Amino acid sequence: MSPVTAEKFITTYRWMLLARILEDRIASLYRAGGAIVGGVYLGRGQEAFSAALGVHLSRERGDVFGGLIRDMAGRLAFGEPLLDPARSYLGSAKGPMRGRDGNIHRGRPTEGLPAMISHLGSLVSVVSGMLLAKRLKGDPPCVGASCVGDGATSTGAFHEAMNTAAIERLPLVVAVANNQYAYSTPTSRQYACENLVDRAKGYGVTGHVVDGTDLEACLDIFERAVTAALETQTPQMVVGKLLRLSGHGEHDDAFYVDPHLREESSGRDPLTVAETHLLEKGWGTPSDVDAWTADAVERVREAMTQAQREGGPDAAVETWEALASRHLVEGGNA
Amino acid sequence: MSITYLAAIREAQAKALADDPRVFIYGQDVATFGGAFKATKGLSEAFPGRVMDAPISEDAMVGMAIGAAIEGMRPIVEMQFADFSSIAFNQIVNQAATLYWRTGTPCPITVRLPSGGTAGSGPFHSQSMEALYAHYPGLVVLTPATVEDAYSMLLEAIALPDPVIFCEHKLLYYHLKAESLPVENLPIGEARVVRSGQHATIVTYSAMVHESLKAAGMMAEDGYHIEVVDLRSVKPIDTDTVLASVARTGRLLAVGEAFPWGGVTSEVIARVAAEGFDLLDCPPRRLNARDTPIPYHPNLWKAHRPTADTIYSALTNLVRL
Repeated sequence: MSPVTAEKFITTYRWMLLARILEDRIASLYRAGGAIVGGVYLGRGQEAFSAALGVHLSRERGDVFGGLIRDMAGRLAFGEPLLDPARSYLGSAKGPMRGRDGNIHRGRPTEGLPAMISHLGSLVSVVSGMLLAKRLKGDPPCVGASCVGDGATSTGAFHEAMNTAAIERLPLVVAVANNQYAYSTPTSRQYACENLVDRAKGYGVTGHVVDGTDLEACLDIFERAVTAALETQTPQMVVGKLLRLSGHGEHDDAFYVDPHLREESSGRDPLTVAETHLLEKGWGTPSDVDAWTADAVERVREAMTQAQREGGPDAAVETWEALASRHLVEGGNA
Repeated sequence: MSITYLAAIREAQAKALADDPRVFIYGQDVATFGGAFKATKGLSEAFPGRVMDAPISEDAMVGMAIGAAIEGMRPIVEMQFADFSSIAFNQIVNQAATLYWRTGTPCPITVRLPSGGTAGSGPFHSQSMEALYAHYPGLVVLTPATVEDAYSMLLEAIALPDPVIFCEHKLLYYHLKAESLPVENLPIGEARVVRSGQHATIVTYSAMVHESLKAAGMMAEDGYHIEVVDLRSVKPIDTDTVLASVARTGRLLAVGEAFPWGGVTSEVIARVAAEGFDLLDCPPRRLNARDTPIPYHPNLWKAHRPTADTIYSALTNLVRL
């Protein structure tokens, strides 16, 4: 396995930085009130784990990234336009969901970005179905990734999907971000196995464990997992231990989080860890970091300013049609 | 030559597989075994790799179908029994039904639901779930009552760019026969007047069309001519055909095999009351199954669902109002 190169590390670090700056901006607008439409759920603490997966997937290869709530970094790294989250959070009608759904639910299904629903775990089988279809169509080999948290692993949908993907031998990478809380519920009330990766054996898939706060380790593990999925055409389950460094959403002050967890290695801020690492390795200087930060701030400013200028959806011109077969749409309020 | 309702479903799938490389079938025991009811018998041999056994995971089956549809395929999911689609309810109503609305990406999946009661099948192998699915925007819900409709509507369902819940009635599988398969038929969304009359209208669908026709025959012996409308599709409902029939007869009985609270018969009554109140000569009536789980023993089961006798009785009261 090739060591993580400076170039890959810096590229990924910059996606993390962009995601963090964008989400900080969104959170601050949310707290100020008025501009943000709907709820705000952040990926803070999860950027290394998410981005390290995103950079190993390729839209050109036909890969799929089924991001979840805390995958801003991974989505951007995979190639989601920065305007998509900006427009979604600011309620622009030009966003990918056109005001019909918002924010973390956004997606571009035909471009390898399926749009999650709120029912956690249920996207794993959808990504699997995309992979099955690609195989049936005879498409070139590719990889699909689906992201969940520790909470989603408790769902029936997750279990059914893992088992089915294993049976169908699909090139699926399931990234389990064990961020130690599902909303307010600690892992002691979520599962009783020693480690979530123990489940991989039961499903007959390959399991990997990684320190989710360590970008270099995450890059290494996801390169292995994506390569293994491609080469062996079997699912890979990657469990990353980390800590959600925010509330469930920005409405939640996370008072229930055990403060000791913040002192542990898994409670580190992955952005700080990555920055320290790249400075120590001599892959960049403090002024490089400043320049990358300034660049990300400017990109976020541009996207948010553009999205803010765009109007919201107009109920008067909305079609109110839920079917693609327009001739079968019923009249409405009879 | 005669062809059964079940064979029509198999032939429609064979034709879809032959005509469209995007079509595949996913479900429990559908491959070598040919399906619990043999609706896919021989198809896995005729179309290698395109008729696949699924694990007992209805949620994942439908999730996989949705993903495949995103990639341009036209999956058919066979639920072994309609009742088990409750496990896939989330994927159907939240994922499949919302996909086009939310993202503009169509979701052309067909979920086949072997529906309705047969003697001795009990609470978990007899359900009629059309009303639950019809409640959700973004789904098309079909309830064919004839061999011809089972064939042509299934082919049309597979060709539609939307998720279709295809409720095929198990009681009709083996007994209902036609001489040949149709070349053309009414399109999805249009109801059919299957018997003309002037004294009252029965609006019904699926297996209850046949019970209703029997009851109409009994009424004819009493000198009443009952019109029977087969909805064919419960989402959308062809309100125009229903209203036109009520305009001719002035009386309405809506009959369904599903549970009584809410549902298709309620919807029919609500629409006629709202849009055609002045067409009615008396209050509209509805007849459904009883408000209990579906009983196992044939003695109880026969008394749980509407039958020709109970429909006849309801009609007798209706025409006297």
